[in-house]
Amino acid sequence: MTDSQALDGNAIAGTLAEVFGGDMTTAIGTCGHCGARGPVAEVVVYTRAPGVVVRCRACGGLLMVITQVHDVYCVDALGLVELQAPA
Amino acid sequence: MNWQPATALELIEQTARTKSIVFDVPGWGRHRAGQHVDVRLTAEDGYQAQRSYSIASAPEDRQIELTVERIDDGEVSPYLADELRPGDEIELRGPIGGYFAWEEAPGTPVFLVGGGSGVVPLRAMLRHHRASASTVPVRLLYSARSLEDVIYRDELTAADRGDVRLTLTRRQPAGWSGYGRRVDRELVAEVCWPAAERPLVYVCGPTGFVEAVAGALVSLGHDAARIRTERFGPTGGETP
Repeated sequence: MTDSQALDGNAIAGTLAEVFGGDMTTAIGTCGHCGARGPVAEVVVYTRAPGVVVRCRACGGLLMVITQVHDVYCVDALGLVELQAPA
Repeated sequence: MNWQPATALELIEQTARTKSIVFDVPGWGRHRAGQHVDVRLTAEDGYQAQRSYSIASAPEDRQIELTVERIDDGEVSPYLADELRPGDEIELRGPIGGYFAWEEAPGTPVFLVGGGSGVVPLRAMLRHHRASASTVPVRLLYSARSLEDVIYRDELTAADRGDVRLTLTRRQPAGWSGYGRRVDRELVAEVCWPAAERPLVYVCGPTGFVEAVAGALVSLGHDAARIRTERFGPTGGETP
């Protein structure tokens, strides 16, 4: 499911903090494709695509795409059914 | 979290492919061992490139130290490793990430497993462990191709380092008494505390290394929720 180009959610902690306003690596996400739950730090992340592509580590389903044009972020999180911010 | 100017103070050649850079960052907040920073470079034409790097220094250290592995087709690392000079300024933001960060939990042993430059955040944890006079047991298992590829070699091979186990996967010096094989299930079982002691585990390295080590730990009965991982992706060199 993963290849050597794949990183994990730790690699986009800065971008996520900018988008969500705080650290999201310990937030718990739920995959809308397979229902797997886990910390954002463990998702599969591709940063070499245009923008950032985030996939589920269990099923490979697309969770989120983040693109940036100048200073504006566009976040498409259609594959995430739930994202619980850290307590 | 804003971008802050950071001035390079000192550059230290660690191995043929890695260099440590000590930065002065005015007003920097205290980080947790294992956290990282984003580095941003801006070209004269305004083009910007950024990348995330683990902090190699402990929270107790006076300055921020990063250790950069040169990725030949990278946008950021060739500049940091080859072009940056003392006095040059770049931009940093952070500290970032609360997942791959260690803080002492009384009575809980900590097992650190690093492959190649994956040792960087683990070195920050070891330094923090020592600087804070922590009494919880800690052990680092560090895999490198050869002794020449070991980052922080003097520090990690010092005579008083009972908490470090090295494995050299490709080439071992004459008389080598450490390990000389890949980190597999048997090696993890030999070096790590038994699952029943519920150690906290931090694994960092290239993606394939992290998957293999995390898989070995789970197969030995370790709780996946106590295994924290960070993947570096392509290393530019061979697998450690």
